[in-house]
Amino acid sequence: MTRYILQRLGYMIITMFLIATFTFFLMKFLPGTPLSAADKLSEEQQAVVLEKYGLNDPVPVQYFNYMVNLTQGDLGISFQFDNREVTTIILERIGPSMTLGFQAMVIGTILGMLLGLISAIYHNGFLDYGSTFIAVVGKSIPSFVFAGILQYFVGVKLGWFPVALWEGWEYTVLPTVALAIFPIAIAARFMRTEMLEVLGSDYITTARAKGVNKFGVVFKHGLRNALIPLITVLGPLAIGLMTGTLVIENIFAVPGIGEQFVKAINTNDFPIIMGTTLLIAFLFIFIILVIDLLYGVIDPRIRLAEGE
Amino acid sequence: MDKLLDVKNLHVSFDTYGGEVKAVRGVNFDLKKGETLAIVGESGSGKSVTTKALMQLIPKPPGRIKEGEILFEGRDLAKMNEKQMQKIRGKEISMIFQDPMTSLNPTMKVGNQIMEGLIKHQKMNKSQARKRVVELLDLVGIPDPENRMKQYPHQFSGGMRQRVVVAIALACNPKLLIADEPTTALDVTIQAQILELMKDIQKKTDSATIFITHDLGVVANVADRVAVMYAGKIVEIGTVDDIFYNPKHPYTWGLLGSMPSLDSADEELYAIPGSPPDLLDPPKGDAFAARNEYALQIDLEQEPPMFKVSDTHYAATWLLHEHAPDIEPPASIKKRMEGMANTSSESKGERV
Amino acid sequence: MENHKPSKDLFVPVERTDNDSEKINRPSLSFWQDSFIRLRKNVGAMIGLFVLIALGVMAIFGPYMNSYGEFEQDLSRAKMPPKVEGLGWLGMDGTLSSVQTADTLEKAEQKAYMRFNNQEEFITLQTLNDGSNGQPAEVEAEYDVYAAKGMEDQSFWFGTDGLGRDLWTRTWMGTRISLYIALLAATIDMIIGVAYGGISAYYGGRVDNYMQRIIEILVGIPNLVIVILMILILEPGILSITIALTITGWISMARIVRGQVLKLKNQEFVLASRTLGSKDNRILRKHLVPNVLGLIIINTMFTIPAAIFFEAFLSFIGLGLPTPIASLGTLIDDGFKSLQIYPHILLFPAIVISLIMIAFNVLADGLRDAFDPKMRE
Repeated sequence: MTRYILQRLGYMIITMFLIATFTFFLMKFLPGTPLSAADKLSEEQQAVVLEKYGLNDPVPVQYFNYMVNLTQGDLGISFQFDNREVTTIILERIGPSMTLGFQAMVIGTILGMLLGLISAIYHNGFLDYGSTFIAVVGKSIPSFVFAGILQYFVGVKLGWFPVALWEGWEYTVLPTVALAIFPIAIAARFMRTEMLEVLGSDYITTARAKGVNKFGVVFKHGLRNALIPLITVLGPLAIGLMTGTLVIENIFAVPGIGEQFVKAINTNDFPIIMGTTLLIAFLFIFIILVIDLLYGVIDPRIRLAEGE
Repeated sequence: MDKLLDVKNLHVSFDTYGGEVKAVRGVNFDLKKGETLAIVGESGSGKSVTTKALMQLIPKPPGRIKEGEILFEGRDLAKMNEKQMQKIRGKEISMIFQDPMTSLNPTMKVGNQIMEGLIKHQKMNKSQARKRVVELLDLVGIPDPENRMKQYPHQFSGGMRQRVVVAIALACNPKLLIADEPTTALDVTIQAQILELMKDIQKKTDSATIFITHDLGVVANVADRVAVMYAGKIVEIGTVDDIFYNPKHPYTWGLLGSMPSLDSADEELYAIPGSPPDLLDPPKGDAFAARNEYALQIDLEQEPPMFKVSDTHYAATWLLHEHAPDIEPPASIKKRMEGMANTSSESKGERV
Repeated sequence: MENHKPSKDLFVPVERTDNDSEKINRPSLSFWQDSFIRLRKNVGAMIGLFVLIALGVMAIFGPYMNSYGEFEQDLSRAKMPPKVEGLGWLGMDGTLSSVQTADTLEKAEQKAYMRFNNQEEFITLQTLNDGSNGQPAEVEAEYDVYAAKGMEDQSFWFGTDGLGRDLWTRTWMGTRISLYIALLAATIDMIIGVAYGGISAYYGGRVDNYMQRIIEILVGIPNLVIVILMILILEPGILSITIALTITGWISMARIVRGQVLKLKNQEFVLASRTLGSKDNRILRKHLVPNVLGLIIINTMFTIPAAIFFEAFLSFIGLGLPTPIASLGTLIDDGFKSLQIYPHILLFPAIVISLIMIAFNVLADGLRDAFDPKMRE
């Protein structure tokens, strides 16, 4: 098991290194320096600015410095916000993004699983069709369209929750719901399929032949076996949420990483774009790793195979 | 004799997109206490469905018990609801399934799977149940039960898993044990072990057993009586001797003829031509007629009733009718019949 | 059981000419016929197919159904609400309405008039609550925009946007662009994916090994990151968005095709066919292609909505198509800017994109069920 984890960590570092290298050289190709942000500067002033960003060094030296800084968690200095470190900016803004992502993930998967369970238990019944419909619509409608519907009807027309900004828990409600619809749909579909397959398997018949009641069959025998494959969708779900937060934060004016990222794109603030990109890549790879490991913890078959 | 189980005119159907599949079409049989009945037949003949219907384990929908009675100690199981059935299942009737690789829950410890029924039906507490599990595992021949019960099914071999399945079935001392092809999925050597175990357990406990199989070799070994099923009906039923040494139905002839035996080494094995009928639309008359080389004109028009051969032996074939021409069974069957000296060889049956 | 006595002459052996016991009663259907029958029975999938055809037709002919041009700006007719003759009951009557509350009825009416620049002749007021019951007075004002602007003879079916461009024309042009990008991306994904996966599985051995290592590295890089970086280099445009989408999009197709071909290559029916002396060509045509094609179609059907989503998503983070061009993404992004007062700008492109996404997903699900050989009975 330890060897497996180490091996995976190794792969992770290689991938991150490749992405960092790729983004660095990409930045070199792109038009846009800190100068484009500042207004007319004299030659000396320009030189000072370039010196500050280390842009006077030859490219390999810049690359080396960038990589060394990266290992220390230093992502460079923003072009737009004078003297502000990208790492600091990201850290400041990670809170709201994490809150939204976490709430949406937890609410989404739990509701989705419930919906999927109901579907499977009342297979081909009215409730099944209802929740399947919700799942298809939820999977299909883009989160930003759903955000618009919520913002207009629940926010503007009904006035139940604030439409934008970030000043208390009630401000998290609409963006969380807008984000959660995707995990709800995915979890519901997956849970339904897995539970139906499990409920049709032989060991469920064995359990029923023992006289176990419906509740016991579904929760004691079915759920755990259906949950194991569900873990495989958690990764894509988390990544879908990361994609979603980028736009949702913008729509609801949430001061998170996504909102900052979009601003950076519109102002060509490359250090922030790169930093956020690296962060997204890191989270992506990290989540996949965690989920693979989780898989081993939950499924006794894998756990033992690894242990031996 | 008091009957433990009496199945009367059982019909089971499945509603599919194509229409109603009549999987079981009027099955009658009974079972006395401590007796072993084997049900034999090809795949799709309805033997598994019949026994699953006894415990109401057929998936509903699409399956349903269309008509008939299942009298278990006088109570009609066909009319019971799910709640009532849960008290019967595992306690009074229990079942051993075909494939030990899939019939155990992969994420639950073996001991817990056996304990479940004990806690539910016998109201035992955990430590009592654990003690009983050790006994049971010992009974089914699993060494080191204290440690083995803490393991997961994937740590057991196929044969060992089937022993666990047997232990689960035996946990609450059921009055009726249904074994649905318990050896089919196992290696031949393991098959023999499990059969020995089954016989051993029959001796130790006095459960009645219904043994489903398509392997006639197994039947001779374990059963008191045999029912031959074809296309959702019992076509012949009798004691082991009746069926093996005085078979009356051409289908039984076919089955016996296709079974290799030691003293018929030189003969060619017989194969029944064709395949079973589509139960979505069962043929008129005798369902076996199309594959039957001894078919009579009447087989194509009317279903044969059960003819009584002896007090224990019944068969549904027009060949037993008084008007039927004398038809010689195939040579290999005749040889069998001769081998059995004092069979009651009435050539014509009595209609019931 | 029959009760009447059977007649004696029926007890004669049946004369058999040919052995009809081996006859199979059901008609034999090819894989595609069988799949198609099952697809046709799937109501949801058929509705999805119908919706897609309808939207496709509109994307082609919709922009020519009125005389307004896609880029025709006219600030005097900016943000006109939708108006369709005969669809007034749906709210598409060319009016804006607003509910105003105040302490007294008079004040509320005043506020209501104020809301629409006091153009009293075009405003109809309706009192919802006259304030006599202790609650604040409520007045609903309905403002006939078309009359106020002297444009009674015109009707913008989906209204106009902030620059006075006709949203009907732009929505269908946008649908066209979005579908074009999605179909192009899906086709390129399919070609690269099938070729890569097929070659990898067909040659096997070392070739397969190297090709799989490459895929493993690519899979580790989040496609969100790749797409964003690619757009940053390439500058937004139809082609660059398509390229960005395909750069990682083909991987899942390649993996599916490789997996399926590898699985089929060693399956008994292929071995059996080979034993019977079938040529490679025949095995490819009769066994591999039909079995892989279903999966390719299904996977493509799922990539199309994903591409549509990504195009819209890029518009949202400022990496979408450059301004005058309409796509569903840019239209929706635009609609958010005035959502609170003029929701119609967002409404129509949002409905269209949702319909496309739902229809593709439902149809893809239906196809998956139809092609799944496990479901065959």
